[in-house]
Amino acid sequence: MLKNMWTFLKSPSSAAMWFILAIGFAGGIIFWGGFNTALEVTNTEEFCIGCHEMQDNVYEEYRETIHYANRSGVRATCPDCHVPKKWTDKIVRKIAASKEVWGKLTGLIDTREEFVDHRRSMAEREWKRMKDNDSLECRNCHNFEYMDFSEQGNRSVKMHSDALASGEKTCIDCHKGIAHELPDMKGVENW
Amino acid sequence: MKLLSLLVIVVTTLSINPIVKAEETAVTNVNPGGLATIRGAAPLEETREAERLKRVIKDKNPIARNYVHQPPVVPHQTRGYRVDKNSNKCLSCHSWKHAAETGATKISLTHFETRDGKTLSDVSPRRYFCSQCHVTQADAAPLVENTFEPVESLGNE
Repeated sequence: MLKNMWTFLKSPSSAAMWFILAIGFAGGIIFWGGFNTALEVTNTEEFCIGCHEMQDNVYEEYRETIHYANRSGVRATCPDCHVPKKWTDKIVRKIAASKEVWGKLTGLIDTREEFVDHRRSMAEREWKRMKDNDSLECRNCHNFEYMDFSEQGNRSVKMHSDALASGEKTCIDCHKGIAHELPDMKGVENW
Repeated sequence: MKLLSLLVIVVTTLSINPIVKAEETAVTNVNPGGLATIRGAAPLEETREAERLKRVIKDKNPIARNYVHQPPVVPHQTRGYRVDKNSNKCLSCHSWKHAAETGATKISLTHFETRDGKTLSDVSPRRYFCSQCHVTQADAAPLVENTFEPVESLGNE
């Protein structure tokens, strides 16, 4: 009896094997597709400002800046600056962002006052992230190679051809607070 | 009693009507004598079409001053430059600490003085809000004719 069972398991009919493989394949597609779709949903502005912490604070501030409204009608939304485009980097960022979910659940930032209290530490975290990845998200759109210095203002040409070209500085070193208000900048380098 | 209220109504309608008529004629026959406010000579209840926005100069070299102690005007865009208790975007280039590196004009040492003439070690709070005196220049023609001649000593032609 046991032996019969064993031989049955050891030599499944080829049809059953293909059936199982097909199920596994289809299941894989559905799971992977579903996972990526869900990931992309969390990568939209609507998702980001679904929480009042984002909607009332950072989003309201961003709406006054050039990345929201400008002459050419190109807009950079939340994930364009805060989530890397490359898949592996994106996953790393998404896992790190689970801390933000914890913050939401525990009500870390329920009021404007709590937000302002935390602004410096949150800003520092984001500055450090962009400093470490050489302002990767900025460079998704703003490519140094594509810059036309003849179209830039005097001040931009000086800074970009000097500090940025040599790699001594990266975008975020100078362009802080371009999309949100700044925290108390006491002790921050270059401020 | 009835008669009295009727009388009141008659008197009020008589007294209001002429005033309304007089106002209407005053509005149509208004003679500003060549004078106009920035709002223009529009009647109170009308909203004039807004002026077109002026183009701010993108980035130019410093503009010469016209008179002694004139706060130099700002020859570049300042959109989004915040000056508040947390940060001062102007000083991130124009402060003494950063001016050499950025090539910006240093702020004058008079900005370190309090109103009592005491010199502080950093910008005095009363001189902290740059745009109170230093104005970003736009491509705008003067609203009225002006015959002011800049002083020669400050380098104007």
